[in-house]
Amino acid sequence: MNWIFDILYYAGLFLILLGSVFLFLGALGIYRMPDLYNRLQAGTKASTLGAMSTILGVGLVHPQWFVKLFIIVLFIAFSNPLSSHALARASHRSGVKPFLKEGGEDAYAEEVAAEKARETEKSTL
Amino acid sequence: MNTSRKPSVSRYLYTFLIIWLLWYGFTTSLQPAEWITGAVVAALISFVTVRYFECCDPILFAPKHIVWFVAYFFVFLLALVKANFDVARRVLSPQLPINPGVVKFKTRLKNRFARMVLANSITLTPGTLTVDVVDDTYYIHWIDVKTTEPDAVYREVAWPFERILLKIYGE
Repeated sequence: MNWIFDILYYAGLFLILLGSVFLFLGALGIYRMPDLYNRLQAGTKASTLGAMSTILGVGLVHPQWFVKLFIIVLFIAFSNPLSSHALARASHRSGVKPFLKEGGEDAYAEEVAAEKARETEKSTL
Repeated sequence: MNTSRKPSVSRYLYTFLIIWLLWYGFTTSLQPAEWITGAVVAALISFVTVRYFECCDPILFAPKHIVWFVAYFFVFLLALVKANFDVARRVLSPQLPINPGVVKFKTRLKNRFARMVLANSITLTPGTLTVDVVDDTYYIHWIDVKTTEPDAVYREVAWPFERILLKIYGE
């Protein structure tokens, strides 16, 4: 029976290593990207998979914690993208312009402008 | 779900049960003190959150839906791993190959929870980030814009996930 736990142990260590590598790449992405939105892109994806894989790895090394850690992983999978969406939305609405190359499109700016126009129309009535 | 309507008793019980199960998952202990505390906490939380608790309708646990959930899980996991290698490639290459922009598309999903799942999945897939959802229009920050045509964006970004979500939640 012991060899199963050995396999789980080494698989867990491998997942922790993989998670740390992704977390490092995410940090590097936050450093290298030109603006907030691209930084969020790099940060969200890398930190989600990095944290999930690290926590699952700990769950494999200590199988008695696995259920708890699995619930935490689910929670991260739901909450991480939500928080990055909240950050992106709030920044765009408070006027942080996305970095665009020549001919780049910002469709959300039109929506925000249209919404503002509707609101001023309402307040003048 | 209409949040102004009064939730039924079975709805309360169902919410209570799911939260109690979560409590068991966290404590993994069968001592009476633990499950009594769990019941009290679950009762309080279910009383407050029952109006917003629309994720786990019992109808979704029908066998054919479970098959689609498992399929969704694997599609999602594959996309997440791909997204990370995509980030790694962009971050590690010296000239930083990005062409960012914000694009939009319209979804066919009606269910609010399904829309939330779609938005989260898009955020975690290669090169895309959901900035906002206004009614049925998604605004997506795309790190490498290939097209700004909403239908083409829909096929490129949303279709792999929406295909399965439409099977589970209907149009």
